[in-house]
Amino acid sequence: MPGRHGAPMADRRVLMLTGVLLAAALLFLTWHLREPMGFILSLRAGKLAALILVGAATGAATVLFQTIVGNRLLTPGIVGFDALFIFLQTMLVLVLGGVGFTQLHPNLTFLGETALMTGAALLLFHVLLRRGAEDIARMVLTGIVLGLLLRGLSDFAQRLLDPSEFSILQFVTFASFNSVETANLGVAGGLIALAILGALRLAPSLDVAALGRPVARGLGLGYDRVVMQALALVAVLVSAATALVGPMTFLGLIAASLAREVVPESRHALLLPAAAVIGAITLVAGQFLFERLLGQQGALGVVVEFLGGLLFLALVFGRRRL
Amino acid sequence: MRPWVAWALLLGGLSAVSLCVGATSIFTGELDAGWILAISRFPRTAAALLTGVGLALAGVVVQQSVQNRMVEPSLIGTPEAAMLGLLAITLLAPGAAIVTKMSVAAVAALLGMGLFLLIARAIPRHDPMLLPIIGLIYGGILFSSAIWIAWTTDLMQYLGTWRLGEFSGVMQGRYEMLWIVAIIALLLYAIADRITLLGFGEAQARSLGLNYAQTRGIGLAAVAVITAVIVVTVGYLPFVGLLAPNIVSRWRGDNLRANLPVVAALGAASVLSADILGRVLRPPYEIPAGTIFAVFGACVFLWMLNARPARRAHG
Repeated sequence: MPGRHGAPMADRRVLMLTGVLLAAALLFLTWHLREPMGFILSLRAGKLAALILVGAATGAATVLFQTIVGNRLLTPGIVGFDALFIFLQTMLVLVLGGVGFTQLHPNLTFLGETALMTGAALLLFHVLLRRGAEDIARMVLTGIVLGLLLRGLSDFAQRLLDPSEFSILQFVTFASFNSVETANLGVAGGLIALAILGALRLAPSLDVAALGRPVARGLGLGYDRVVMQALALVAVLVSAATALVGPMTFLGLIAASLAREVVPESRHALLLPAAAVIGAITLVAGQFLFERLLGQQGALGVVVEFLGGLLFLALVFGRRRL
Repeated sequence: MRPWVAWALLLGGLSAVSLCVGATSIFTGELDAGWILAISRFPRTAAALLTGVGLALAGVVVQQSVQNRMVEPSLIGTPEAAMLGLLAITLLAPGAAIVTKMSVAAVAALLGMGLFLLIARAIPRHDPMLLPIIGLIYGGILFSSAIWIAWTTDLMQYLGTWRLGEFSGVMQGRYEMLWIVAIIALLLYAIADRITLLGFGEAQARSLGLNYAQTRGIGLAAVAVITAVIVVTVGYLPFVGLLAPNIVSRWRGDNLRANLPVVAALGAASVLSADILGRVLRPPYEIPAGTIFAVFGACVFLWMLNARPARRAHG
């Protein structure tokens, strides 16, 4: 029983996780460092920041989303965010042409994409949840099907591109940590930090919301309002992460599931930071492993997706409850 | 007018349009019209009709087998499993005959469905929307492994053609395997009553005297072969198997003995319409029928999801 002694214990675990993250980050920065040090360090620091931001945002967003949906198998990534991202990129290339697209200011595209994706997600949530927040499965499925629709439209639009424009598009729609726009890191970092702080402020309400709508309302929680706030945070976090590196579906599932193992109680004040830190560790350690030790730059995204997929199946079979 | 006459007229009319419309005109006499019809237009029309029939019937069988109207093969990972099989045989035996490749793909599709049924058993039935969600994730996992294999072995282009159904490449000599679909359609019609019973669930179907496991096995084997044939010859089209059965059952109920032909006809008519539309929208270029159906089908599915009343208890 995680009683009175459970809480400090779990706190210590979050601290330990942070220590692991710091160690991984140091290792990532200093492994085989040689001249010109300043240049290499600044390059690595940019990539490290991107990895940490994306990992933390995805981990925290997934915990939020799973609490709202009441299901530990789902991630915000499957609700059509990746398809929306690809659709936006396709439309940009189609409207501006390949050259115009590459000349856009990166901050502008980043902020624009994040705003559009957050707006679209909130619209979806709003339209679908108006009749009451209990109908989450319908919302999820609607999101997935909208994703399929957008993918179809993107396919359609890509038929209209010429080959060089198409290759530009293909490059930006693959999840990659090697081509992060460092100019965006500051903006993205600010947005993600704000959203995670907001999530932490919401944590006590989330603990109650996790009991389900009837119980939470019985305890006096404005359930629908909390759900909308949490979903807004999810939208900001996922949009920022996706706009930064491109679509990653299953990273959040890994982070959230591991966080629930490490922090066995369901207090969100601990779960959220744990998931954020684990998400960051997964990416930093994974990138270190693949890039520095195995010499395979591009493999991390694919491997994380594949392992996440296996984890998903293991969860379905292992728990037998959804 | 009797219903079957109306359907025959509709399909006949669409086929006539399909025979006449295309990049080259058959009326100006520049090229031998009979030759174009024989080598391109007729095979193309037949391929679209057969594909539509196959996809619609596959949808019915899957829906009855898992007792859920919100699924079809592409929503439970079946085409993706077939693609994995195809990748495997392409890598192991590049020169294998097309029949061999198709058989391997069918076996893989069947394995994929078997695994999905195992997963589906762990999912509670209280919410019918959960099953397609899990199925889509499952398909996504299979597809991302396929992408990974194809990416490392330079087979990405194959994957593209298998995933996106289109009929512009159909010619005499390259589509005949699709006639297997016609044979399977007849077989399914012969056991239509038993497939209706599948929809009652295992306990009830067995108490009504059905050999449940055997019937479901036959049905899913049929789905696997249909999926494999379509993926190999023209590429998969999403949503056909979802929409055709649902529209028909809203309108005429669930007696499959009476409805299977209607479902098949509706599937055939809609796929052929999508193909014709793809030919006329931006000539002389063609938009794949799969793309058109993805957009159109997703819209109808969204309507289905959100138009039906959420819960009657609220009223």
